[in-house]
Amino acid sequence: MSTATAFRYAVNVTPKNGILDPQGRAVEGSLPHLGVTGVSAIRVGRRVELTVDAPSEAAARTLVERLAGELLSNPLIETFAIELLGELSAATSPAGDGVPA
Amino acid sequence: MVRIGVVLFPGSNRDIDAVNALRVAGAEPVVLWHESADLQGVDGIVLPGGFAYGDYLRAGVIARFSPVMQAVAAFADGGGHVLGICNGFQVLTEARLLPGALLRNRSLRFVSREIAIMAERLDSPFTRAIDARRPLRMPVAHGEGCYYADADALDTLEAAGGVLFRYVHLDGSVAGGEEDRANPNGSLRAIAGVTNAAGNVAGLMPHPETAVETVLGTDDGLGIVRSLVDSAAERAHGDRPVVVTIGAR
Repeated sequence: MSTATAFRYAVNVTPKNGILDPQGRAVEGSLPHLGVTGVSAIRVGRRVELTVDAPSEAAARTLVERLAGELLSNPLIETFAIELLGELSAATSPAGDGVPA
Repeated sequence: MVRIGVVLFPGSNRDIDAVNALRVAGAEPVVLWHESADLQGVDGIVLPGGFAYGDYLRAGVIARFSPVMQAVAAFADGGGHVLGICNGFQVLTEARLLPGALLRNRSLRFVSREIAIMAERLDSPFTRAIDARRPLRMPVAHGEGCYYADADALDTLEAAGGVLFRYVHLDGSVAGGEEDRANPNGSLRAIAGVTNAAGNVAGLMPHPETAVETVLGTDDGLGIVRSLVDSAAERAHGDRPVVVTIGAR
């Protein structure tokens, strides 16, 4: 057992409710061409994945929340949800891009 | 001669047009590099059009955190005049120096053609040199120019006189919604440009800086550039200070 020193997150950013999402509308407009019915309210957002070095998950999450609110999303028009993808310990930390196996 | 800075971000592409327009308007342009927080003592600032930092993530957001923008924000806080054009407008909204946000054009198409706007007021630092409230012809060229703020914010902005320009038809009537070709991006309330509560920062999506000489097809944009130059000159030299009272039109 080793203590986790890095945490992998995904930040999912979507347009706020009520904000017109022309991308979602365009995707929706293509559904008849696929012969699909009964699918609606499509919203297109973006997903940002990142690895944070921190002594604890709480500390890492605080930083991710700051980044999500200040940089990764625009609070006027978007909301975000943070998702913990995994933890990396010092012993098993890969030398690559920090993506947990 | 009044010196006006033109901020050069990686991806700016209308900086040369801004430099030319400032010369035509009688100012000395000073190019400011994005990695330096030194504004070189300029009297006013233009954030030009383009795709700063590739418009990655959201148009304008990466530029917001550049060293030069920290200095621009301080300059604006001190009452300095800052005009953002197109991408520069996007940068100013992302930096919260201007209210609202610029969304993807409702058509999802990049729109590059001539449109018309009209100043809502001629008593602001950015419209004072415009000869009359009439349609001004100039180009737009953007993919993310749909002005958005929630209804309460729009009401507050309108009540305070913060709407500087609207898209109009050539007869001067205000453009409709996204179905109206006169509104090139579907901006709410046909808003093409806004100013902040203090009245010293403004942004617009159309390009007045490429409409400053009749050889270019229209010089309707010159009044906007000249307004900035005049306002910056007055502030620098302290003669005939213009007191702008937002809310009292």
